[in-house]
Amino acid sequence: MTLEELQDKANEIRQDVIKMLVSAGSGHSAGSLGMADVFTAVYFGGKLNLDPKNPWDENRDRIILSNGHICPVWYAALAHAGYFPKEELLTFRKINSRLQGHPHFRSAPGIENTSGPLGQGVSTAVGVAMAVRKKQEMVKNGYNGLNGQKEKNLYSHSNHSSHSLVHLPRVICFTSDAELQEGQTWEAAMFASKNNLDHLTFITDRNHIQIGGFTEEIMPLEPLAEKLGAFGFHVLSINGHNFQEISNALDFDLSIHRKPVWIMANTIPGKGVAFMENMPNWHGIPPMEKGQAVEALAELNRLRTLGEGFPGIYEK
Amino acid sequence: MKSNDMKATRDGFGEALVELGKTDRQVVVLTADLGESLKVTDFAKQFPDRFIQVGVAEQNMAGIAAGLAAEGFIPFITSFAVFNPGRNWEQIRASICYANLNVKIIGGHSGLSNGPDGATHQGLEDIALARVLPNMTVLVPADYNQARAATLAAAENKGPIYIRLTREKTPVFCHRDIPFRIGKAEILKEGTDVTIVACGPLVYEAIKAAEALQNGYNGLNGLNGYKDKLRASSHFDHSSHSNHFSSPLSAEVINVSTIKPLDVQTIVKSARKTGRVVTVEEHQITGGLGGAVAEVLSEFCPVPIKRVGMKDCFGESGEAGELLERYEMTAENIFKSVLEVVK
Repeated sequence: MTLEELQDKANEIRQDVIKMLVSAGSGHSAGSLGMADVFTAVYFGGKLNLDPKNPWDENRDRIILSNGHICPVWYAALAHAGYFPKEELLTFRKINSRLQGHPHFRSAPGIENTSGPLGQGVSTAVGVAMAVRKKQEMVKNGYNGLNGQKEKNLYSHSNHSSHSLVHLPRVICFTSDAELQEGQTWEAAMFASKNNLDHLTFITDRNHIQIGGFTEEIMPLEPLAEKLGAFGFHVLSINGHNFQEISNALDFDLSIHRKPVWIMANTIPGKGVAFMENMPNWHGIPPMEKGQAVEALAELNRLRTLGEGFPGIYEK
Repeated sequence: MKSNDMKATRDGFGEALVELGKTDRQVVVLTADLGESLKVTDFAKQFPDRFIQVGVAEQNMAGIAAGLAAEGFIPFITSFAVFNPGRNWEQIRASICYANLNVKIIGGHSGLSNGPDGATHQGLEDIALARVLPNMTVLVPADYNQARAATLAAAENKGPIYIRLTREKTPVFCHRDIPFRIGKAEILKEGTDVTIVACGPLVYEAIKAAEALQNGYNGLNGLNGYKDKLRASSHFDHSSHSNHFSSPLSAEVINVSTIKPLDVQTIVKSARKTGRVVTVEEHQITGGLGGAVAEVLSEFCPVPIKRVGMKDCFGESGEAGELLERYEMTAENIFKSVLEVVK
């Protein structure tokens, strides 16, 4: 996709996010809208090894969402990419749906992990990163993957899956910024660094808000890049709404060896809907008041760029 | 059933891990810096590529295990029971049990076996914590051999499984070559007057109590030190029992080494036969084996029940044996509880 096509796709995804939230009557607007560009870049940017027709292929890159509350954007991106029908998006948060209010491990194609309780997906991601590296080592040592000795296949979710890894998959894990207030996140960070998981990349939605207000007011995170650097990460700070920057970061990531990478994606929470942008009160609610959804959907037809309203320095 | 062989259940676990390491490349072992305590160091030496040191970070350990299991490995996460599944309970709940991932959770130094360390390190709530989680299987091996067999069975059976281990050397009385049957309780001694349902190393104390009960009240003579304690006990009315129980009491002893899924059939059938039940565990009497048995009996076969275990309190420092006496979980206490329930 060209940059313009990516922008259009992100806008379609945002519109579906709004529709899902309104249909559900609950859910998290701000982060879902804010991360639409990054999710679009990941699923449509051509940088990763993903095949919606073969979602559990052993050689796929693993995409893990740790801040599970922004799953509307994950589900919408997956549906647009062809992992499951787009019609299913409106079942989000409803009974009998595969699209749970917070992600449930392999409930639908592409949903790699359970998340929502913050910090847990970060640990899962380092576990997956360890696992794929160990499996690849086994292949190098002459075993046919995990099945080499006993012919067991514990998770044969697809009949088409390759039996063993031919290359080392990348593991991408999305997190929120307030998720870095969880101690578990830093436990996992230490582990990733100790084990030189250079095929592992965290992408944090640095939108400076959380459910109760601004991150720097509730529990200051800065200087975040320095902290993560001290924990052994190569840290990249990007404009999370600039497809060229996102794409470059995913490329540059590959040149970092023996260190995991942490991409700080600076985003505008509620991106694309003016009355939501940079407002913490939109963290955990949908646009349910009269006219809000219509206004939001109309606005999303306008492309916006990260201007001077950068949320790094909030003002009262 | 007499045993002179003394070994810890944690050592049976450690031995089984090495066996698994040789045959099953899916098995990986994680430690939160308690490798020696949980007896995983032999595995670590022989299979360093499948041993993962996570440091003192039990929550992260549970999450990493979820990731490993999602990719087809069979992770064993090991620490003290107070931390695993204590400290990392919510990670086990969401990342492991909700996803029904194939992770084995090993809680060591459970019960009062971690005596001198004191109450902070004595895992007396772990069965309750594990048992309440959907998809979880809960195993409490009674001795070294059963711990070994339970570990082998855990690797063979998919899904989250909690195995409770102890630190102290305790009698080895189960047969080494009997495979562990998850969900099956074992009647170790048949009887008609009372059912003693026990788990863990205290099963051996239950057997001792049952054998003493064969001699009726005089059986107390065989239980060392009991009479002295009995005289000192204000709760126990010596005279009211002496006439009643001069005749032998026939106690059925059931080793419930799977707390979940509980072998309801075996327990209810025995309770129907004897009409009285005593539960025995090195755990809080709420939420653990006693709680589980009370739940099923109240539903299917309401009979008088007495629960031997930790009575809603914390422990303290002391040798494990001393603490079992202090908190009334010895063969003598089981004997006494039987007399109370058959009153």
